[in-house]
Amino acid sequence: MMAPLNQECLEKQYSPETKNDLMFKAIESSGITKTFGPTMALDNISFSINESEVFGFIGPDGAGKTTLFRIITTLLLPDEGNMKVLGMDCTSEYKELRKNIGYMPGRFSLYQDLSVEENLNFYATVFGTTVKENYELISDIYAHIEPFKKRLAGKLSGGMKQKLALSCALIHKPRLLVLDEPTTGVDAVSRSEFWDMLGKLREYNITIIVSTPYMDEAIRCDRVALIQNGKILSIDTPQKIRAGFSRKLFTVKSVEKYKLIKTLRKNPEILTAYPFGDSVHVTFINDTSENFLFEYLVKEGISDAVIQEAEAGIEDRFLELMNKGE
Amino acid sequence: MKRFLGFVKKEFLHIFRDYRTLFILFGIPAAQILIFGYAVSTDIKNAGVAFLDLSHDEVTQKLTDKIISSGFFKKTETLLNYSDIDKVFKKGKTKAVIIFEDDFGKKLVSEGKATLSIIADGSEPNTATLVTNYTTAIVNDFASEFAGPTLNNSIRISPEVKMLYNPNLKSHFMFVPGVITLILILICALMTSVTITREKEFGTMEVLLVSPLRPIQIILGKVMPYFILSFINVLLILVLSWFVFGLPVKGSLMLLLAECMLYILMSLTLGILISTVSKNMQQAIFISLIGLMLPTILLSGFIFPIENMPKIYDYVSSVLPPRYFIVIIKNIMIKGTGLMYIWKETIILIIMTLVFIGLSVRKFKIRLE
Amino acid sequence: MRNQVITVKNLVKKFGSFVANDNLNFDVSAGEIFGFLGANGAGKTTTIRILSGLSKPTSGDVNVAGFDAYRQTEQIKRNIGYMCQKFSLYEDLTVKENIILYGGIYGMNKSLIKERLAELLAKLRFQKYENKMISDLPLGLRQKLAFSVAVLHEPKIVFLDEPTGGVDPITRRQFWEMIYETAASGITVFVTTHYMDEAEYCDRISIMSEGKIVALDSPERLKKQYNAASVEEVFIKIARPN
Repeated sequence: MMAPLNQECLEKQYSPETKNDLMFKAIESSGITKTFGPTMALDNISFSINESEVFGFIGPDGAGKTTLFRIITTLLLPDEGNMKVLGMDCTSEYKELRKNIGYMPGRFSLYQDLSVEENLNFYATVFGTTVKENYELISDIYAHIEPFKKRLAGKLSGGMKQKLALSCALIHKPRLLVLDEPTTGVDAVSRSEFWDMLGKLREYNITIIVSTPYMDEAIRCDRVALIQNGKILSIDTPQKIRAGFSRKLFTVKSVEKYKLIKTLRKNPEILTAYPFGDSVHVTFINDTSENFLFEYLVKEGISDAVIQEAEAGIEDRFLELMNKGE
Repeated sequence: MKRFLGFVKKEFLHIFRDYRTLFILFGIPAAQILIFGYAVSTDIKNAGVAFLDLSHDEVTQKLTDKIISSGFFKKTETLLNYSDIDKVFKKGKTKAVIIFEDDFGKKLVSEGKATLSIIADGSEPNTATLVTNYTTAIVNDFASEFAGPTLNNSIRISPEVKMLYNPNLKSHFMFVPGVITLILILICALMTSVTITREKEFGTMEVLLVSPLRPIQIILGKVMPYFILSFINVLLILVLSWFVFGLPVKGSLMLLLAECMLYILMSLTLGILISTVSKNMQQAIFISLIGLMLPTILLSGFIFPIENMPKIYDYVSSVLPPRYFIVIIKNIMIKGTGLMYIWKETIILIIMTLVFIGLSVRKFKIRLE
Repeated sequence: MRNQVITVKNLVKKFGSFVANDNLNFDVSAGEIFGFLGANGAGKTTTIRILSGLSKPTSGDVNVAGFDAYRQTEQIKRNIGYMCQKFSLYEDLTVKENIILYGGIYGMNKSLIKERLAELLAKLRFQKYENKMISDLPLGLRQKLAFSVAVLHEPKIVFLDEPTGGVDPITRRQFWEMIYETAASGITVFVTTHYMDEAEYCDRISIMSEGKIVALDSPERLKKQYNAASVEEVFIKIARPN
């Protein structure tokens, strides 16, 4: 098993490209396929994740994120393909791997009838450590729930449950942190706080992989993989993924949202028109200027349209890639 | 009305698409009829009888043959003296001992009357009653045959009936040990069968698996607390049986407690085995309660002696732990035996426990599929 | 002034001493898309249950589709549609069986059910799925179907509880277009969601926190009021005012 290369060493001596190649890969996967009955949950998935990276898997339900995470954490065996996690084979070396992973599965999976404290102590003990030993790792997170430490876990709010689950996953200072949809169903404020907490963990050299259906969370990651229907659509830094958008993107705003969408869809020059919050994102078959569009809308009875060229976001790119796949 | 019918139709559709429920709906009544029909029998067949013949004459020989050839009894042993009686009962195969007094034949011919004693195993009151009744009938029949066609009622053979271990023929002596056996296995198996499946259902098992804990640690860790609690349960039950039903503990209390703890351990590990194969709590509860209850009640010898059933039930019953424990508990409590008479059953229970633990560890799913 | 299908005055709902809804006041008009936002535990589910006739207020005046929420809960239930995330359609029944079942439950007559079934299948382009079990359909299709079933009987109001949770981005948008169409036909849509961009699709939104309504207006006006570029920012500014 390769020893992780010293961070400082890398900074001083190597160029960025070489650095990437030389860095210890926390996860290396090639050709992973998994089928459940007639459904192919994962289709020939290959990727690699660097040590200490914050890596996001972005995709909706049914994309295959949970299946992939279960293979990474050795809970499922792939039908085909190879995967090495922390340098160990995920099939044959599962016993050793399970000691080094902190796992937070999809739904809340801590003991509802034990208190916050009791849950934390339990997981610390199971991993052969104590809460005190690694407390500094979770101190920021735990601070939010410490006032409730005697409360039963089942009686916590969604956001607090999430923080407790994260604390329990971290308490044994794992080398790899696997978080399966930790922000799903939780309100926007708690989601944002959660990502702040993850950001602070960077200094501990823990590799973090997160899955989420929320596209806007992609920019909080170092690199992301867009995943849909068991296939990876794209892997890169969020910035590069956005830059990969192949056309010009325009935003159109009007008070009458529904009428605007219907009108835009009718126009044969328009390739896609998707509602995005308070505006509609439009692409053209041939990249044209916005003037013709304004005139067209006025003719159709929409006179207050505000049209601007805009930079594509991750979701725009996701939609583009999804459409290409069909 | 339309709403109602639409709803009823939906319920039918759910039922017919759920094959497991259908199986239970039709399969279980059919199984019950079959089991009840054959297993439950209040006739006796091949009940073991031992003979203590102090007379050894033609008459006793004839009467003995008549008893054996009746089809209800089979001869287990020929005893030589009174001290053998207790031993033969403790072995468990003999349900009654028939004692012919000295000079039986002579007395019958010269005085017209003779006595024989029927000593029955009172720890199974129902069987004991049946045995004595049947025997008495056969004896009376013999007497009138012996008297001949002259219809001379002067020939009388009076059987003296004695119930050993349970002189007043209290049915508690049959029921309470049986109920203890039943309750302990059901409760223990139920408790542990639910505990692992609960973790599977709630998702906490997923997190436990991705940890250094080994399956054997999880299994034994779940058995331990229930083991301790069940011990308290056993004490409670024994105290209640003693106070409320007057059930004695003729034999060694320490031995009884040790055997109870073995039985509990076996039941707990059986529960763990059930939980490794159940997908959810509903299945686990179903298998441990329904799956164990009927066979234990009907086929363990608790109420209906196994000897009275067709041979096949004997084989089925031989894989049921309660069958062995009933023998153990009755022997210690009612007959007052020591380990010598129950070592076979004890070994079997130990083996079963080890097998259950071994199977549980093997069947324990270390992955999610 | 559009006609109001929901009026809520001084609504209070207590569970023992816990106040789940603390003096709520709002109205919703016919054909409006009303977004109901707030953190989990803020009291949204409690309010929706009262509005859909599933529970009664502790005090206050609540009128839904012209019926009183204390004494006319059965009439309320008959005049609304409801779709919740956890369960919508029976998994071991087919598409057709589900539609016929719900049609029957809504009290529609056979020929009307047949008509709507055909319409629905055509609109969603589901003809090939007519006899497939719900459990065999992907999530996005299930949600779209569940929504169509919720408005099968053309109720005055339809309640949607996090209808697009976990669904892929394309289906999500298709779903919202269905919502737009529904609202345009005069049915009021009362929706809760955790996707902040979806809040923008609503005519008006209300944000609940700890049992109270802390904001109630159109997305545009709220953004102006809180000097925010998005509803998410409004949400964060309200929750953590520094």
